[in-house]
Amino acid sequence: MNKQLKEKIAFSILTFTMLLVVVPTVLIIGFIVYKGIGTISWEFLTAMPRKGMTEGGIFPAIVGTLYLVLGTIAFALPLGIGSAIYLTEYATHGKLYKLIRLAILNLAGVPSVVYGLFGLGLFVLFLGFGSSLLAGALTLACLILPVIITASEEALKSVPQSYREASLALGATKWQTIQNVVLPHAMPGIVTGAILGIGRAAGETAPILLTVAAFFLPRLPKSFFDQAMALPYHLYIVSTQVPNMPEEIKYGVALVLLGIVGIFFAIATAIRIKFKMANRA
Amino acid sequence: MKEATVDIREIKHRKSLKKGVKHRMGEVLIENIILLLGITSVVIVSLIFLFLFRSGIALFNDITLKEFLFGRYWYPISTNAQFGIVPLVAGSVMVTLGAIFISVPIGIGCAIYIAEVAPPNIKTGLKIIIEFLSAIPSVVLGFLGIVVLSNWVRITFSLSSGFTVLTGSILVSLMALPTIISISDDAINALPKEYREASLALGASKWETIRYVLVPAASSGIIAAVMLGIGRAIGETMAVMMVTGNAARIPDSFLVSGRTMTATIAAEMGDTVRNGTHYHALFAVGIVLLMMTTCINIVADFVLSRAKKEGK
Repeated sequence: MNKQLKEKIAFSILTFTMLLVVVPTVLIIGFIVYKGIGTISWEFLTAMPRKGMTEGGIFPAIVGTLYLVLGTIAFALPLGIGSAIYLTEYATHGKLYKLIRLAILNLAGVPSVVYGLFGLGLFVLFLGFGSSLLAGALTLACLILPVIITASEEALKSVPQSYREASLALGATKWQTIQNVVLPHAMPGIVTGAILGIGRAAGETAPILLTVAAFFLPRLPKSFFDQAMALPYHLYIVSTQVPNMPEEIKYGVALVLLGIVGIFFAIATAIRIKFKMANRA
Repeated sequence: MKEATVDIREIKHRKSLKKGVKHRMGEVLIENIILLLGITSVVIVSLIFLFLFRSGIALFNDITLKEFLFGRYWYPISTNAQFGIVPLVAGSVMVTLGAIFISVPIGIGCAIYIAEVAPPNIKTGLKIIIEFLSAIPSVVLGFLGIVVLSNWVRITFSLSSGFTVLTGSILVSLMALPTIISISDDAINALPKEYREASLALGASKWETIRYVLVPAASSGIIAAVMLGIGRAIGETMAVMMVTGNAARIPDSFLVSGRTMTATIAAEMGDTVRNGTHYHALFAVGIVLLMMTTCINIVADFVLSRAKKEGK
């Protein structure tokens, strides 16, 4: 067999493997949109569920997810940015640095259900928050922390060293330099990381199953110590736990969840592409 | 008159000195806060281990370590309750094996395609699609597993139920793919340009260069990618819980129902009595799971950092 033929066959196989990944992904998105779009209406998005969730809307689940995500990011963002600043601006590459690296690596690999166990043990029971938005947000914050740290670190590292030197040479202190020069330049990268983290938090189910979720609660949470419904858990419930659930509602919930995650993803991707282009220009 | 000016100057000087001290104290304060924030992740990892062990170890007041690790039966709520983890580990291992069997060849092929074959204008698009695949919530994939994939499995293999280990493996392979692809792609991209140029200059075709130069050179990175994919697969919870049927017995083929460690924790925690044996047993399962993923991640990181050193 000659070289060209061999290469052609090999490249066809590689192209085929690529299609085996891309086609199912596109089909998954297309299928959910196609089946779910008919269910989406103003009422579905803003009404309370009725008749054991088989009728009405999913408003409390949407609100619950938004509260959860806001709480999560409120905890995770300062911690994550602070960690990244320490790692890029202050840390010497000694033992502590290695230990922190190892910890971040491990956090990124801990299964989400283990975060759930941890949240249940620490926040729900030990600290006495009960099954609540607060316990869920804290648990999810731990889960997305590695995403935020890694993204912020990349962003801080990409700020040219000369910017820091110029600021220091003008008499600014280290913190003034970070605050006024480094952070503003790293902002797009940090924001991208935060949005990706939000998307991740919005879709997680196992941790909130153990720390927040209410099966059916047709009212809005009153405080951060309240239980709440949440979209991913709601999808799990309607697709496995409730008999005779109308198909449209299941697809509707799936589409809303995928839509929310998709919007965050699209924003993050747009920011990244814009800044890649700007950097190239 | 003259004295007064000196005084004013001195006061000004003192004021600015004080300001300097304040400033320096501010810097020190900030530095300490940042250090505290820096070690958050260490604190969280320690707390995770602490709280899992705190509740998990209590299991061994009721049963022996041997009964837990080598017990072949998981009957948590029968009167003669048994907490043997073997069927759960077997379930996790089977689902993961199946997933890896599917996702490794496809993932590595796809990574090579993206890194070496794809025209530049579709490369970015492909990467975005693959990133989006990793962003799809696992509960959405689990839902599709119930309404579409399980039927397909049932009909294709003419089974009475489509909720099998294989169904879980297929879904989990979708979730492991983005990890395998992106890290393998990075490994291939990180290779020095000279490797490619030297091989092509010696008359090798593009495919021969990929096969005999690039893939072997990137092999450590690709191995790490596969390991991280395995870690992802073992830890996957929702999709697996929704489609594998959850029979807690040791699966003897890919076409029967099985139950993973993750699904057991998520499904049973709601029914447990706080601080009962069952509750402690689920935490103990969590410890086993955490140990497995931690080992995989540490070894993968070791392989990756060695690969980086070799690259330099």
